[in-house]
Amino acid sequence: MAEFLQFAFSGLTVGAVYALVALGFTLIYNASDVINFAQGEFVMIGGLATVFIAAAGIPLPLAALLAVVAATAVGLALYRFAIEPARGASAVSLIMITIGASIFLRGAAQVIFDKRYHSLPPLFGDTPIKFGGAAILPQSLVVLAGALVIVVLLWTFIERTLFGKAVLATAANKLAARLVGIDTRRTVGFSFAVSAAIGAIAGILITPITLTSYNIGTLLALKGFAAAMLGGIGSALGAVIGGLLLGLLEAFSAGYLSSQYKDAVAFIVILVVLFARPQGLLGRATVERV
Amino acid sequence: MSVRRIDERPAVKETLPLGRRLGSAGTTIADRFAAYRLTSVLAIAVVIAVVPVFFPSTYYYRVAALVYVFALAALGLNLLMGFAGQVSLGHAGFMGIGAYAVAIGPTHFGLPTWLSLFVGAALSAGVAFLVGRPILRLRGHYLAVATLGFGLLLAIVFSNEAEWTGGPDGMSVRRLVLIGWAVRGSENWYWFSGATFLVGAALALNLIDSPAGRAMRAIHDSETAARVLGIDVARTKLVVFVISAIYASVAGSYLALFNGHITPEVAGFLRSIELVAMVVLGGMGSIAGSLVGAAVLVLLPQVLTFLHEYEHLVLGLILMGVMIFLRNGIVPSIAAALKGRSS
Repeated sequence: MAEFLQFAFSGLTVGAVYALVALGFTLIYNASDVINFAQGEFVMIGGLATVFIAAAGIPLPLAALLAVVAATAVGLALYRFAIEPARGASAVSLIMITIGASIFLRGAAQVIFDKRYHSLPPLFGDTPIKFGGAAILPQSLVVLAGALVIVVLLWTFIERTLFGKAVLATAANKLAARLVGIDTRRTVGFSFAVSAAIGAIAGILITPITLTSYNIGTLLALKGFAAAMLGGIGSALGAVIGGLLLGLLEAFSAGYLSSQYKDAVAFIVILVVLFARPQGLLGRATVERV
Repeated sequence: MSVRRIDERPAVKETLPLGRRLGSAGTTIADRFAAYRLTSVLAIAVVIAVVPVFFPSTYYYRVAALVYVFALAALGLNLLMGFAGQVSLGHAGFMGIGAYAVAIGPTHFGLPTWLSLFVGAALSAGVAFLVGRPILRLRGHYLAVATLGFGLLLAIVFSNEAEWTGGPDGMSVRRLVLIGWAVRGSENWYWFSGATFLVGAALALNLIDSPAGRAMRAIHDSETAARVLGIDVARTKLVVFVISAIYASVAGSYLALFNGHITPEVAGFLRSIELVAMVVLGGMGSIAGSLVGAAVLVLLPQVLTFLHEYEHLVLGLILMGVMIFLRNGIVPSIAAALKGRSS
């Protein structure tokens, strides 16, 4: 039982990060139909920028804030200078643009920061909390709480504010949204910015546990994409559930089966789920129009 | 993933309506395609034959040989993506099967290398046939993630089954011997891989103009419409998937034999992405595009090494720039621009 709890908690912690990356995927996909493979780079920027700004003598909370602002600016720039000029390009071309952006950002990070692994001090120390025989890092709880706060805030904003409704309208039908007077460029830009901010926050929260370096983005983008697809692309709730499930799957298969094959188990489950439900867990089936 | 196919081939529409097609000029669609096929193959043959004139050292033969090897894999993937409209983010997995076949066959089973290459191709075809049916039921991004997962699974197996594959450090590969002739040296490999690419391109052109090829292009435009026309959609997709897997597998075998050493990276996610990038960059649905895309992505890292730590930064910028300004890929965009000027 203690073992089970231990695996469950480590799975949920990693899963929360996957969920946040998947949520970023979903936001951008809904707003612009772009699968953004540079999503993992936002996580990297969040963690690394915090480390380096703090090292320059800025207090940690302010450094974290500046890092989030920096990532948001990168997200907006990605939209403004790479996605927007390619409006009307095919889905595959847009994906290649984001892959190019991801290579570019990784290359830039390698120059601006460095190629080593870095860590941040955990918020509440690193004395594990004993719970039912399992030892849980306080930072794990911070990650989970942070993810929860982000999801709730985002949900409230989207559902309860006029601008949030405009974002929803843009996601539902861009042309119709424009016809009723919504500035869709602003709502799409907003989606990129928020998506980048969420990624950066996830990066800051997880760095004390998993460390960060210039090249962590690729794997995270891959896992986040898989999580979003598992949940059903376009569904925010699906993204969160998909992320947590993926984290749990990895942790349990690493714990009970084989740590070498943990990624394999996760992807086998994703394949089986997709064979049974080709539109993901919470996705809607689409009809092809001829 | 609905993608508009831009093609430098003579469009069918030009030769319709029917009256003109049956007209006295005597040039039917079939004739024009046959002529197009011949000129394409000849053009590629000329390129392969003439390019070495400009090579100052064997290093250039080496890089050019790599271009043909990757162009072969990209060509197979282009059949799947550009003509049948199905994306695969796991095609490096098949390159891995081909690569490890020529590594494991001679080492563990004492098979001749050339036979291992064919065994690898057959194995890839078999695996593609088995996983293809369930995977190809998925559409768009779901297909992307499923193929991605499949490729990752293969890469994980290659790096974990160390007693067979040497694990993450990889294993060495014995030389290819063909009827007593050991294929060695960059120059020989240049001609060998160039000739193979030429054969691959000829076969691909043939396929595209066959009834099966027309069926797969119909699926690309609209799956539902294709089904209404009586095309067995599932079977056609599966056939293209198997064919593209064979192309990738042969390319993987060549890569392993040429380098003399392989690591699981040959089957990795980044390799798969690189193959997709070659297809998209060169131009989806363009045979010449596969060669151009492979050339760009093999040459760029070699050219950019002088930038040292700025290499990736510039590589990313170029990739983004090309996709923004030549969004249909290099070859179709340039072809369209030339056509626009001449008319």
